[in-house]
Amino acid sequence: MDKRSVYLDHQTTTPVLEEALQAMLPYFREVYGSPSSLHRFGLQVREGLKEARQKIAALINAESEEDLIFTSGGTESSNLAIKGFADANHRKGNHIVVSAIEHPSVMNSIEYLTKHGFEVSSVPVNAIGQINPEDVRAAITDKTILVCVHLVNHDIGTIQPVKEIGKITAEKGIALYCDALAAAGWMPIDVRDLGVQLLSFSPHRFYGPKGIGVLYRNRKARVTSHIHGGVQEGGRRAGTENVPAIIGAGVAAEVAIKEMSQRVEHVAMLQKRLYDGLWKHIKYIKLNGPVPGPLRICNTLNLSTEFIEGEGQLLLLDYQGIAVASGSSCVSKSLKVSHVLSAIQLDHALAQGNIIMSLGKDNTVEDVDYVIETFPKIVDKLRNMSPMWKEFEEGVIDSVIAPTGRGKSFTQHAADISGKPAH
Amino acid sequence: MKETKEYTLYNDTVMDHFLNPRNMGDVQEADGVGEVGAAACGDIMKISLKIRDGKIEDARFKTFGCGSAIASSSMATELIKGRTLEEAKNFSNQEVVDALGGLPPVKIHCSVLAEEALKAAIEDYEAKQAKVPVVA
Repeated sequence: MDKRSVYLDHQTTTPVLEEALQAMLPYFREVYGSPSSLHRFGLQVREGLKEARQKIAALINAESEEDLIFTSGGTESSNLAIKGFADANHRKGNHIVVSAIEHPSVMNSIEYLTKHGFEVSSVPVNAIGQINPEDVRAAITDKTILVCVHLVNHDIGTIQPVKEIGKITAEKGIALYCDALAAAGWMPIDVRDLGVQLLSFSPHRFYGPKGIGVLYRNRKARVTSHIHGGVQEGGRRAGTENVPAIIGAGVAAEVAIKEMSQRVEHVAMLQKRLYDGLWKHIKYIKLNGPVPGPLRICNTLNLSTEFIEGEGQLLLLDYQGIAVASGSSCVSKSLKVSHVLSAIQLDHALAQGNIIMSLGKDNTVEDVDYVIETFPKIVDKLRNMSPMWKEFEEGVIDSVIAPTGRGKSFTQHAADISGKPAH
Repeated sequence: MKETKEYTLYNDTVMDHFLNPRNMGDVQEADGVGEVGAAACGDIMKISLKIRDGKIEDARFKTFGCGSAIASSSMATELIKGRTLEEAKNFSNQEVVDALGGLPPVKIHCSVLAEEALKAAIEDYEAKQAKVPVVA
């Protein structure tokens, strides 16, 4: 029997657009020169790269395509932005301000810097994962050289007040780096309006190929190269360019601009339908991050279903043809719940039951209705298997989402029987 | 996807025990119940036992946890049914891992949780036995 296949993990990666693939193909075997070469093979590729660069620059309204540095992916772009900027500017100060819920490529790059003389202030977020610009202002010291805030959270979809933060950094004369990984291609981005000096993203999140990342760096922000070799990318990132991927990224950016409003409208409609449908059919379910609307990116829902764990939900959904992600500790290789869920102070029991569904342009109403029909059955199956569900019904433990006033908290119960507090 | 191969996170045995768990539920009027939690990941497992003539007549589980935790408790209850209490006290998580055809290294603790839940249920049974005077 053919199962319906519904991919709901577009915040992890997306398929390559047909137009992008077709544009890439000649660059593998026909137009295969290196752009550094001075002969016609190389010069022909240069022209293709310049066009791609212009299309990608247009996606973020960069002043010039020369402000883009191509890397191997979003992770390398964050590393280059943070470590490269810190290296180039360490004489001005050794303090960095960062939000508590950044992507691991940002968090871990900054953690690396703390082992090399840098100090960090982490700015907390509120219950829906929003940074307060005034908290950023308060964290800035006379040693601060860089503020790092993402545009959209990769887990819970919160859109951040980057423009307001940009006004503060401009006023203080500090650089602002914005990780736009979860935003690019899914909402309009204007680096000049945001007031950022550095911004990174990854085209495979919006129907471009993997293996290519972008770092926008305006001329006011100096970054020191971390990949040493030849003078590709204006000497800021050595190594022969991944030409086919850059060409594909250019097409993905061009199509993203052209289709932005209809893509956003379609996906936001599906997001609302999925949210309404799941909340109608499942009890004790919580949305993490803002409700669908102006504060949330159009394509994701992050939910916690109480009394059950996330990996089991993910596996049963996959078995029914529905691909999702989870921030549960059982899913992570470190056995720790997502630091984003910890930062919004989500109860441990709810963090364990976490599922992330992220929609794409090719998802349909039928796909969403299939999820709305399938997921409640999975929740029932797992609740039936979970000791917590019966213990809740018997009043031994209480619900976090809709407390009845009977019983102790799940977290307390878990700590009592495991002998240690849950993390 | 058009391919015929099924890609699953765990091997076929683990997936089978996860998708079709054996002995799921609670033993009615259980003689021993053990509920344990894993501090490492937050999973919770409960095993209830029916014990007759020093043997485990029935064993059932309920689990709040991932696929491998559910499969581990399903397999553990399968393995211990029919064993004497003495045998069950020597039960080791390795037996669950072997019977499941292996677990990913990061998931071995799920099988440990099954062993602990079983032993907690036996302890509970023995504690109850010690309290109740034998009726002549």
